[in-house]
Amino acid sequence: MSSETQKILTTDGIPLEESLKKAEKKNKLKAFLLVCPLLLFLIITYVFPIGDMLFRSIDDRMVTNMLPKTYKAMEKWDGKDLPDEEVFEAFYLDYKKLVEEKTFGKLATQLNYEKNGFKSILKKLKRKMKKFEEGNYKEQIMGVHKRWANVEYWRALKRRAPAYSYSKYLKGVDMYENENGKIVQVPEDRRVHKILWVRTVEVAFFVTVLCFLMAYPIAHLLATLPMKYSNLLMICVLLPFWTSLLVRTASWMILLQQQGIVNDFFVWIGLVSDENRPEMMYNKTGTYVAMTQILLPFMVLPLYSVMKTISPSLMRAGKSLGGTPFVAFWKVYFPLTIPGIGAGCLLVFILAIGYYITPALVGGASGTLISNQIAFHMKSTLDWSFASAMGLMLLTGVLAIYWVYNKLVGVDNIKLG
Amino acid sequence: MSKNSQFVKFDKVDKSYDGKVLVVKDLNLDIAEGEFITMLGPSGSGKTTCLMMLAGFETPTNGEIYLDSNPISNIPPHKRGIGMVFQNYALFPHMTVYENLAFPLRVRKVSKDDIDKKVDKALSMVSLTGFENRMPGQLSGGQQQRVAVARALVFDPAVVLMDEPLGALDKNLRESMQYEIKHIHESIGVTVVYVTHDQGEALTMSNRIAVFNDGKVQQLSSPDKLYEEPVNSFVAEFIGENNRFAGQVTEISNNKCKVKLDSGSEILANPITVKSNGEKTIVSLRPERALINSKEKMENNFKGKIEEVIYHGDHTRVRLDLLGNKEFILKVPNSSANMEIKLGNQINVSWNSFDARALDPK
Repeated sequence: MSSETQKILTTDGIPLEESLKKAEKKNKLKAFLLVCPLLLFLIITYVFPIGDMLFRSIDDRMVTNMLPKTYKAMEKWDGKDLPDEEVFEAFYLDYKKLVEEKTFGKLATQLNYEKNGFKSILKKLKRKMKKFEEGNYKEQIMGVHKRWANVEYWRALKRRAPAYSYSKYLKGVDMYENENGKIVQVPEDRRVHKILWVRTVEVAFFVTVLCFLMAYPIAHLLATLPMKYSNLLMICVLLPFWTSLLVRTASWMILLQQQGIVNDFFVWIGLVSDENRPEMMYNKTGTYVAMTQILLPFMVLPLYSVMKTISPSLMRAGKSLGGTPFVAFWKVYFPLTIPGIGAGCLLVFILAIGYYITPALVGGASGTLISNQIAFHMKSTLDWSFASAMGLMLLTGVLAIYWVYNKLVGVDNIKLG
Repeated sequence: MSKNSQFVKFDKVDKSYDGKVLVVKDLNLDIAEGEFITMLGPSGSGKTTCLMMLAGFETPTNGEIYLDSNPISNIPPHKRGIGMVFQNYALFPHMTVYENLAFPLRVRKVSKDDIDKKVDKALSMVSLTGFENRMPGQLSGGQQQRVAVARALVFDPAVVLMDEPLGALDKNLRESMQYEIKHIHESIGVTVVYVTHDQGEALTMSNRIAVFNDGKVQQLSSPDKLYEEPVNSFVAEFIGENNRFAGQVTEISNNKCKVKLDSGSEILANPITVKSNGEKTIVSLRPERALINSKEKMENNFKGKIEEVIYHGDHTRVRLDLLGNKEFILKVPNSSANMEIKLGNQINVSWNSFDARALDPK
């Protein structure tokens, strides 16, 4: 009762809360409508593709849908010995249909991923199938090739039965589910992805460190120089930023190649002999040099925006209170630039970890990164689900870094400008 | 203990930033130990530059600065042991009040116990005990200023420099801080060099004031002398209000001179900078030295027409048209005797020749 009587009313007798809600409703609707286009844009271009990518990376329905009868028949099979006639017949019927629809090639490719040698026996089966008589398909199929009598191949076929699988993720870290359903590493000579992951993180880390070491003095100079010089310097920092990425990478190729300008200069000053020109491109060196240069502005700008706000009298105060220039810098100036350092490092690291075009052009074999591998599967092998899986692993990695950063420094401390 | 009258000594100091213009010209200035000296002047007069040279953030182009008889031009700022209070406080925003105050002690490797003691003492001096763990951003402007003062004093420096420390505070707070800083100075006897462009602040706080203009010290004297006996027309105009008459000296004796004004009338004045007949001069008279309908006999007696009357509470400000000067100001104490001050009335104004100072024409 008391809460009823204590309700504050407006002059017209409407409860204040209600009246306030009504007044704000219109504003909220307006705000929502204003944000709407961006929201739609984000959903269409961001949430939807990423969701699709997630789905694609675990979606394994292609084989499942191509062999519906087979998998139905296989449900009863324990996988120890060769399956029964029932399974062979179902498989024959499924495959016959695929041959008629001319989509059997896809099946061959998919099954060959699972076990080498599937492609040739499927082709052979297609040729011999025309002369098959009705009944006793088990004998007839096994007669096509001796591999059809090998239980391993039927097990491999069964492994593709589930509509969804995480096998692509395992493949991304050089692991697979073996015949016994155990998750094991691939043979040592085929562990390509692990090397790439490690290299990607390593390159991103060192590029971030290099960018930081170079950007800090530049940003400091920018923030402290008089306006007319700092504007000029700012343009020098931004000019590469405005140049096409491709042009910049190409110019690094001109500079760094073995007959390039940098090598010519080294030979000219006698640092190296003409026969022993060092290879600075198509390896990690090239990737480091080009990526550092390209990502440098992303470090300079957040640092600059933070340093600009630090009053020069703080350093003076530090010195006048008895701190040596180093102490004044370390105890006063540096802690105040941490928000900029955090923003710059996070930005550069995240950009570097997914960098594609520069490593592709100047990286060579030893300088390519995980993103190049993703692109390779997108364009060459057309194994999109594997590319999606690796893309998502990369995204998860970035989110993990963001989370760790948030725990350590706090995202509210980031200052981008 | 005899105090060193040349504790800080500027010896023929010149300073130029661009090699074309001298910001500070031939500065000679002695500051005694324990003195509160204010450098006062309009912006761009070189006062802050002098302070920065003393602190070590600028080097003199020529000449030398001595601290306790040691030349300090080649000593970096952090070895000078001079405390400084900055215009915008310059508190370290990422440190608590305690850490701010402990900073100068920590770099001097003072032991933890002594740091605690000294910080306590300094904070109680500015009546901020209990604020140790606040961040500067959580303090008001006045509190931040006190922390800055405490920080500049906590390591017992020989000299404390203050660069317009009260500039960002509102009027009431500024006035109370003026007294507070003055009292702190009196109680600990540290030498203070204070820079401001606010003459009221300078007059309230200082032992001596150096008025700067154009890179030069125009006058260096105690506040009362500065106000009562300005030595040139810049100082007379800069400090307080004054009424000015431009004219020419027609007759000059020991302590009196006749000045023929541009309007044709002649007044008697006190020759300060003028030496001979025919010199151009500006005669300066403080508003409170001219009286209305005075019963005393005074040497200058003229009639003026009241142009404007502004009521100020304790006094009334009257603007007169007198001897061709339409901006002649009078300050009349409010009492029933002065009821005849009405717009348009003619009144008698008189003053002594001693108070009318004939200065340089500029």
